Amino acid sequence: MNPLQKVVEKTGWPRLIIGLFLLSLFIIAPFAGVKISTSLNDTLVRFGMNGILVLAMVPMIHSGCGLNFGLPLGIIAGLLGGTLSMQLGATGPMSFFIAILLATPFAVIFGWGYGALLNRVKGGEMMIATYVGFSSVAFMCIMWLLLPYNNPTMIWGYGGTGLRTTISVEGYYLHALSDFLAIRIGDFVFPTGMILFVLLLNFLVWVFMRTRTGTAMTAVGSNPVFAKASGVNIDRTRTISVILSTWLGAIGILVYQQSFGFIQLYMGPFYMAFPAVAAILIGGASVNKASILNVLIGAFLFQGILTMTPSVMNSLIQTDMSEVIRIIVSNGMIIYALTRVKKGAK
Amino acid sequence: MSQNAPLLEMRNVTKDFFGNVVLKDVSFSIERGEILGLVGENGAGKTTLMKILFGMTVIQDTGGYGGEILLEGKPVSYKSPLEALDDGIGMVHQEFSLLPGFTATENILLNRESTNYNFMTELFGDRMRTLDRAEMKTRAEKAIEKVGVKLDENTPVSEMPVGHKQFTEIARELEKENVKLLVLDEPTAVLTESEAEILLKSMRKLSEEGIAIIFISHRLQEIIEITDKTLVLRDGRIIQETPTDQTDIEEIAQAMVGREIHAEGDRAEVRTFNAPHLIVNNLWVDMPGETVRNISLEINKGEIFGIGGLAGQGKLGIPNGIMGLYPAGGEVRIDGKTIPLNNPREALDASMAFVSEDRRDVGLLLDEPIDWNISFTGMQMQKRFLKPVLGGLFRLRDDKAIEDIANHYIEALEIKCMSPRQKAKELSGGNQQKVCLAKAFVVEPDILFVSEPTRGIDVGAKKIVLDTLKEYNREKGTTIIIISSELEELRSISDRIAIVDEGRISGILPASEPSKAFGLLMLGKVDSKGDSK
Repeated sequence: MNPLQKVVEKTGWPRLIIGLFLLSLFIIAPFAGVKISTSLNDTLVRFGMNGILVLAMVPMIHSGCGLNFGLPLGIIAGLLGGTLSMQLGATGPMSFFIAILLATPFAVIFGWGYGALLNRVKGGEMMIATYVGFSSVAFMCIMWLLLPYNNPTMIWGYGGTGLRTTISVEGYYLHALSDFLAIRIGDFVFPTGMILFVLLLNFLVWVFMRTRTGTAMTAVGSNPVFAKASGVNIDRTRTISVILSTWLGAIGILVYQQSFGFIQLYMGPFYMAFPAVAAILIGGASVNKASILNVLIGAFLFQGILTMTPSVMNSLIQTDMSEVIRIIVSNGMIIYALTRVKKGAK
Repeated sequence: MSQNAPLLEMRNVTKDFFGNVVLKDVSFSIERGEILGLVGENGAGKTTLMKILFGMTVIQDTGGYGGEILLEGKPVSYKSPLEALDDGIGMVHQEFSLLPGFTATENILLNRESTNYNFMTELFGDRMRTLDRAEMKTRAEKAIEKVGVKLDENTPVSEMPVGHKQFTEIARELEKENVKLLVLDEPTAVLTESEAEILLKSMRKLSEEGIAIIFISHRLQEIIEITDKTLVLRDGRIIQETPTDQTDIEEIAQAMVGREIHAEGDRAEVRTFNAPHLIVNNLWVDMPGETVRNISLEINKGEIFGIGGLAGQGKLGIPNGIMGLYPAGGEVRIDGKTIPLNNPREALDASMAFVSEDRRDVGLLLDEPIDWNISFTGMQMQKRFLKPVLGGLFRLRDDKAIEDIANHYIEALEIKCMSPRQKAKELSGGNQQKVCLAKAFVVEPDILFVSEPTRGIDVGAKKIVLDTLKEYNREKGTTIIIISSELEELRSISDRIAIVDEGRISGILPASEPSKAFGLLMLGKVDSKGDSK
């Protein structure tokens, strides 16, 4: 086998093709009148925003719980953390860390319950997870209205009760990470803090997967009976992985919000799982094998295509249909990725 | 087509997987009613050869094959196994291809059911015909009778002991009207001696009816006993092709491995022990197909204790129950200390280790590399292969130590692999078994259970495995409990042997007793199983 073939085999055709396509978009961009600095900037920002949400897939894949379609549950923990932090009057970058602290107990409790449920439906985790996500969103639609929040920036202006669908985090944790050590070159801004934070969490998960518990997690996913025969408590290990995934989902949405600028409640988390699932699959993961490299490559390729295709196409055909193209591209990639779902083989 | 042409002829069949040659210029032929014995070590190319014959898609996907296959003098090249089946070639796989939730009858007649007319067929065609259960039952019974076993045709496959599954598969192939050639890929590997005897008998009957049989087996005794011609494959080449009556086991074994094999004559020296170490009282284990009803044993420190018996009598349930893998009750004590059952952790903490008979499902992490497989239990149970980081704040996997221990055992047990990072599923059966043993050795247990250590592995690997166990016992004083269907194997290594029958111990004898004594114990209360040697 010659070296070129080896590289192709290692990268995998899908990643190679998507990568080349993304590269060609960057090359075409200047000719289509899209500024390369803004495109690069957008790609990096979106990579940072979504990186941790994609990472939230990893622990559950390792322990054999499949893809974390119940990501909205983790996101809800993050939303509770974010809104509570604002309600308690924290401001500025400090409010971001308070949000993380407040989100953590929710994530642990939710994750524990979610894990207990998944332990009862071994073999059908992904279907159940999807509906855990959906139903938790529906439940929270009621709770956002009923919970006694009263910070004027968050509640509906007319009734005086219930949270708004979209809440601005300006004055709270807007760009809490993104602006940290940000590098500005003309109109290109490198969101150093956010990227560093994403890489840090990725690194921590990588380290965790190399501990004794992390190794047990991988073994449980690979062959539960083997793990049991080696004295590993399967249900406990799986629950830990679900809690970790849920917590990462909570942190992920907070990082997303601080860059995006808004908290989106109610139906906001509903479809958040699919792009994250698609990204990790495109990154080369399978239903029971995933690495940190899959996360980084997947998040970059998926978000890169999602950013670049609409803006380039838009400029080429001279009409504003970026939103339409964005929907087609994003759902197309999700479909493609879901057809790649396969058991075992990496 | 000429009547003189052999039933099947292969000419210069060659196959490589991405440059890795697995078959080279394989030519042979088989006549009607002939039984051809195909032997070779694991990885010699036997299974690949059969896959080519059947047109399995994996062959086309990896670039096809070279050479020619002629059926009754006519060149054939099957694109799918269905075409081969249409031409009357049947195959019984090494791994079962049965539907677990279906009964024996349904499996035997799958897709060839007897059907009745009903009015729906007018609308929707023949797919809507209803099943003729009564007729199917008769056909299934006939097929089972042809195999020559007693088998309840209404039992779902999932509830059958492994031997019965094998018979169901064979019955399915025999039920086909036009079957001319039957390929049996290690059909006896999972059978006990008496079951195998029944199978051999029915094979002889089939060959008298003019059905040619390609018989793949590791049990050379069977090859000698039943085949007309023996074909030995080694590294993808035919090493020996002789009429069976002109050769013998030793010659075949030698051709297979290409090196001298010691005759299995050396019996363990007589040793005496008087320090009871592991005491089992009134153990019951609920393991499907291997139920243990009431077993009490006293095993001495440093002893090699064999447990034998026919398949399905419960011998496999004993280690699985003690190690907490199946629901169990009773009392297990080590040096007077009671070990709680139904919890693998407790069993492992009591310094017991288990090499499971089920390599693929219990013994290995197939998708993970060899070094992980070897070190995992040690890491989880004894917190080894970890190194402290940040001044002992937490501990991470020590990849270097893991690789070192893997390399140590790869060398010690002669595990054939490309590197310690190779995935376990890529190894051959014998090498996988060695990895399982290494995994158990790493934890340095006091008591080691080894279940069917030589099932489905070739002569050379078998010897290494048994020798390793013996050596380990002598050097470290480890108490070894070995469970095997092969009596001769038990006799060659054990100090004492217990025979299990119907979930109870029917007797414990020193290994030096003649085989016949053990055979009688196996038959204890069994009448219908035919005689066993």
